[in-house]
Amino acid sequence: MKNAAGREIPEHITGIENIKPYQGEFAYQPTGNIIGKKIRVGKPGADKVLESIEQAIEKTNLKSGQTVSFHHHLRNGDYLMKMVVEKIAAKGIKDITIASSSLSPCHDFLIDYIEDGTVTALETSGLRGELGKYLTKNPGKLKKPVIIRSHGGRARAIEAGEVKIDVAFMGAPTCDRLGNATGKEGKSAFGSMGYAMVDAAYAEQVVILTDNLIDGFVHPYSIPQVQVDYVVAVDAIGDPAGIASGAIRLTKSPTQLLMAQYAAEVMDAAGYLKQGFSMQLGSGGASLAAAKFIREKMEAKQIKGSFGIGGATGIFTEMLKDDLFEVCYDAQTFDTTAIQSIQENPRHLEVSASFYANPWNAGPIVNALDVVILSATEVDLDFNVNVITDSNGTLMGASGGHSDTAAGAKLSLIVVPLVRGRLPMIRDHVQNVVTPGESIDVIITDRGIAVNPKRADLIEKLKGTKLPLMTIEELQAMAYEFVGKPEEIQVSQEDKDIVAVVEYRDGSIIDIIRKPID
Amino acid sequence: MFVPGNNPKMINSADIYGADSLMFDIEDSIAVTEKDTARLLVAEALKAQKFHSETVVRINHPTQTPFGMDDLRVILPAKPDLIRLPKVECVEEIELVASEIERVEKENGWDAGTIRIIAAIESVKGLYNVREICKHPRMVAIALGAEDFIANLKTNRTKTGIELYYVRSQILMAARDAEIQCMDTVFSDVKDMEGFEHEVSNSRDMGFDGKSVIHPKQITEVHRLYTPTDKQIAKALKVLDAYADAQKNHKGVLAVDGKMIDGPIVVRAQRVVDQAIAAGVNVEEKRELA
Repeated sequence: MKNAAGREIPEHITGIENIKPYQGEFAYQPTGNIIGKKIRVGKPGADKVLESIEQAIEKTNLKSGQTVSFHHHLRNGDYLMKMVVEKIAAKGIKDITIASSSLSPCHDFLIDYIEDGTVTALETSGLRGELGKYLTKNPGKLKKPVIIRSHGGRARAIEAGEVKIDVAFMGAPTCDRLGNATGKEGKSAFGSMGYAMVDAAYAEQVVILTDNLIDGFVHPYSIPQVQVDYVVAVDAIGDPAGIASGAIRLTKSPTQLLMAQYAAEVMDAAGYLKQGFSMQLGSGGASLAAAKFIREKMEAKQIKGSFGIGGATGIFTEMLKDDLFEVCYDAQTFDTTAIQSIQENPRHLEVSASFYANPWNAGPIVNALDVVILSATEVDLDFNVNVITDSNGTLMGASGGHSDTAAGAKLSLIVVPLVRGRLPMIRDHVQNVVTPGESIDVIITDRGIAVNPKRADLIEKLKGTKLPLMTIEELQAMAYEFVGKPEEIQVSQEDKDIVAVVEYRDGSIIDIIRKPID
Repeated sequence: MFVPGNNPKMINSADIYGADSLMFDIEDSIAVTEKDTARLLVAEALKAQKFHSETVVRINHPTQTPFGMDDLRVILPAKPDLIRLPKVECVEEIELVASEIERVEKENGWDAGTIRIIAAIESVKGLYNVREICKHPRMVAIALGAEDFIANLKTNRTKTGIELYYVRSQILMAARDAEIQCMDTVFSDVKDMEGFEHEVSNSRDMGFDGKSVIHPKQITEVHRLYTPTDKQIAKALKVLDAYADAQKNHKGVLAVDGKMIDGPIVVRAQRVVDQAIAAGVNVEEKRELA
């Protein structure tokens, strides 16, 4: 059956129950209640601190067939997942589902544990590197397709009980003996623990691993002791160089800067750059660089924004510090400058992934966004966006907050070069849809700007400007003129060759990632 | 904007930044071992790609190097708008290139004058012949190549630009006498935008028609500095309106805001308006700002 994004969704997918095709941004009406963990009794004098990860596995009574979760705040510097999965494997526990908020190239080691049957399912926002290539080529190695969820979609799925986490293992840069943990202090400080907060609240059992176990009290805490069952001290939870980059600098690429400038000009011309506006910038070069041009315009107009949402980078937190914005809501902190900001600036607020983007609560902050500027691996004539697979159909990206922010914001801008290497980035149909075209208002390339025809108001506002406006078809034709039209990637139509299921933020299926045929 | 002729990525994206003229270089930015690659790449790019900007190819010198004539043989059939001749020292060099252009134009059945020449003065000897060079009919612009010129002068480039003051003045006079355009040399420190602004403002005030740049971010600055301000445009319009009114009603001496307006002031006002229009300014919107 075809879903509302025009993608063919099979009626049966091995390992996936209750298949709901995507029906539209806010079409699905859920019923039922938020789930909760079993009642437990913490007794006076009980000591949560355990000797080792092995002991934590024993105490939590982790069994074959269960689900363990991890957060990705340690990014590509994460040591934690490997330490835990090695110990799980050593105990002979098999058939584990890993529900991580995302996966980085440092998690390529999982291939070994998929091969030996320790890990049989993955649920994540994204996956890249060798693991992405391996799973794209060998979908049958897992017992069911990888489930790709947005950050808001993951929080939703956990709260709604669709992802039942048996044990959450979470790295904390500082934790006290009662289990109060923070991401802001310690040698492995990474800032906000926004993704871990949801796991801590809903996982059946919570184990904190820390490389800074303190005898005093952590305050303020990101994770409260009432949610934490056990604490284990380890030498290092991650490699600081991989956890946070140094200060992320503005791109020097003239092409990226040009697109960033166009984005700021579109915001301005469309009337969104005004007193009290709110924004989020994606982590790509051009989307981040838009901050430079937005800042110049804000200073020239003498206006102040209300809030920004992180993925916080120093580029934004410097604007916060200089009082160009009132507050920053931060579920994930990217660089050292932003980490320092969340430590020092009381207007830099740590929020959970649910507060950030969960569509099934009374109001995530993305709903109040005026503008979001996002990247794409490719887009198509229907304004659909792919951020999960490359042009060869290989898993290499992450859903992240892409569809969440695009659905919430009043103006969703995509910045993408018209051509990458020898490939046009405007396809007839993207290889895979992560964010539906109905959420996207404008596609900005280095050679032209296309406005979604459903936004006639925007087209009218941008007409009188010097911006290089054209239709999406004209943009595509220009790309073809440079590099020609590439052949479509042929993919297997067999059920056993389904690599991944891409969930929309409401849990419906927006697309299926299938194995490319060599 | 100068674009290295051996870099396909830069050639591909060269015309998205709004440069008025793209100069594909197969001379000084290209190593001797890369000359043939760059020559062929630029020729193919010119044939295959539609550039919105004017296209120029800076060839190697046709007599001082063994590459220049080969460059012309490959580049001219690709029909650039202009050939840039570096290190020109006498008009005979222009004549040599012009005759080659003429031959290719005839061969291809193109109109005479399809491909024009911009030459660069980069030595004292060239400077001493600049008036004659500028007057060659193929010439549409003259430029200053500062680095070689300064080496020839046995001095260094300074922030004040004192070492270039004389040569800038001289080539500018020659350009005006020959009624061709005059382009200023590049500013190599792309990080120093303040120094760049200072230099562009100075050469603009001297009378130069434009500036060569080496980085896209310099383009916006040149355009900004060469675009008349709203106030200048409004004032120029007022002068032109008063002049038109005087012409129509056969008035004699006229004054705007208490200042007498005569011929040269009208000419300058027209230049301001022309520059604004060329920069894409809607001049009518500025009228009420006066």
